[in-house]
Amino acid sequence: MSADKEKMITGTGMAKTIKSAFFYAGAIALCVPPVFVFVWMILTGLKTGVQNISYPPEFIFVPTLENFRAVFQQYNFFRYLMNSLIVAGLATGVSLVLGLPAAYSIAKYRQGKIGILILVARMTPFVSYLLPWYIIFRHLRLIDTYTALTITHLIITLPMVIWLMVSFFEGMPEELEDAAMIDGCSRLQSFLIIVLPLVRNGIATSAILSFIFSWNQFLFSLILSGPKTKTVPVAVYNFISYGKIDWAGIGAAATLIVLPVSVFAFFVRRTIVQGLTMGALKD
Amino acid sequence: MKTAPSTLSRFMDRRQALVYPAPAVIALFFIVIIPIAYNLYLTFTKWTIGLGQPRFIGFGNFIELFSDERVLNGVKVMVYFSGLSLSLELVLGLLIAVYFNREFKGSEIVQAIYIFPFAATPVAVALIWRIMLNPEIGVMNYLLRGVGLPGSLWVSSPLTVIPALVMVDVWKWTPMITLIVLAGLKSLPHDPYEAARIDGANTFQIFWHITLPLIWPVLIAALMLRSLDNLKEFDMIYTITQGGPGISSETLYLYAYNVGFSFFKAGYGSALMVVVFLIVLAFNMAMNRMRLRAQDL
Repeated sequence: MSADKEKMITGTGMAKTIKSAFFYAGAIALCVPPVFVFVWMILTGLKTGVQNISYPPEFIFVPTLENFRAVFQQYNFFRYLMNSLIVAGLATGVSLVLGLPAAYSIAKYRQGKIGILILVARMTPFVSYLLPWYIIFRHLRLIDTYTALTITHLIITLPMVIWLMVSFFEGMPEELEDAAMIDGCSRLQSFLIIVLPLVRNGIATSAILSFIFSWNQFLFSLILSGPKTKTVPVAVYNFISYGKIDWAGIGAAATLIVLPVSVFAFFVRRTIVQGLTMGALKD
Repeated sequence: MKTAPSTLSRFMDRRQALVYPAPAVIALFFIVIIPIAYNLYLTFTKWTIGLGQPRFIGFGNFIELFSDERVLNGVKVMVYFSGLSLSLELVLGLLIAVYFNREFKGSEIVQAIYIFPFAATPVAVALIWRIMLNPEIGVMNYLLRGVGLPGSLWVSSPLTVIPALVMVDVWKWTPMITLIVLAGLKSLPHDPYEAARIDGANTFQIFWHITLPLIWPVLIAALMLRSLDNLKEFDMIYTITQGGPGISSETLYLYAYNVGFSFFKAGYGSALMVVVFLIVLAFNMAMNRMRLRAQDL
């Protein structure tokens, strides 16, 4: 029997089919964990409160959009989504404006010392910033403002943009820029007109990663936001701190929070991987 | 294009190396260096936020560290959690990347699926895990019982809380390691592989003697990248257990947060932060040495 099997596997098309069937079975198994949690999140949001606490858990049921309606009407979720959008947008925009010229200069003039500043920023625990910022913002009466949230989110996004962009600028041919200078462009013009379009992939990558990290940021917003500027991670966290836990509401809210960044990441997955890899391979 | 350059633009051209990085450096100085300096100053003081003024006490806070049992507990939990999760993420990430490192229909779909846990908001997915890990009604125990295994208490028991949190961390971050290593594998040279095949090396030998040494620098770089966040893991642990049951999942970082923002002890909390920073720094310096040595080979 086993001898027959071996005969089949050696060198025939059949063997190839079996081998690739095994491969695909393994590939599907390896994709189950990420997909399952994603699906379970959406299912939790589509179940009623009672269905969510019944055992055994229900896999097939009549879905309801009631939780999504409640999340918007009772919990005022639209406001939190807007807050997150504003803060992540501001943090990303400011990081690009400050970070792009800096990264360009670091790559061109090999200003490695600025790199140390970025490394320190990345290694220091967030709470080390949070405590002083909390005290300063309390003093300036800036707690629960977009200013406070954007400034603290910059601690994460600005070093990230510079760190990613340095490797993109380093990979850029210098001749093009020289050609532009000969044509009579000033350095600023050649930076804006020639250099930046050349690294548009890098700019897209760092903008998206910066947006995702700001959108996902929890710790700074937990302490520094308030009723006016609460961002979505803090809003969904608050669903569990009211004594009674609203699982269905959490499912719906989590879906609303995760969906935009997931879709975002999906469309630029290749550049994200490229960006992370370049970052990982560098220095 | 040929307009008469203004004084400002001439200045910016001549001093490009100074003008371009200046705004970012100034911004980083204000948002990063000043708070760190303030934090260092606070480590030498005793101060409850909102009550009076900081009082200078020298090294008092650092001396207190050594007699605080929650510090010792925090270090233990941190080593347990980070040691287990980082090594699992690295090993699994590498093995899965090797598995997927071939031409096949659907490789695009795998990449799309694997980017999801990376991008997903930590607090949101941690809450979903909290539902899934509920010992009574959670789907994880349902699945375990479905295949004939006993249910687990998961994060509700001090014995299983760390492995359960490690599982969530591994779920979230292994895919990122896989994608980075996969990109690294695709850029490896072909020649050593062909030579090995001619010599009749088997799959395991090829992996052990060729792939692993070649990919080693990428692996260490990925580990460093990952460790920066992992050693300071907050969102997921805070959302799922808040350090509990008791203090059985309270990492040093979580404890430092509690000292600062639950007990409002600014000085002592700052001192704890310095310890966390030193741990992250020491780990990364050790890793960097390993990476440089690997690159020299």
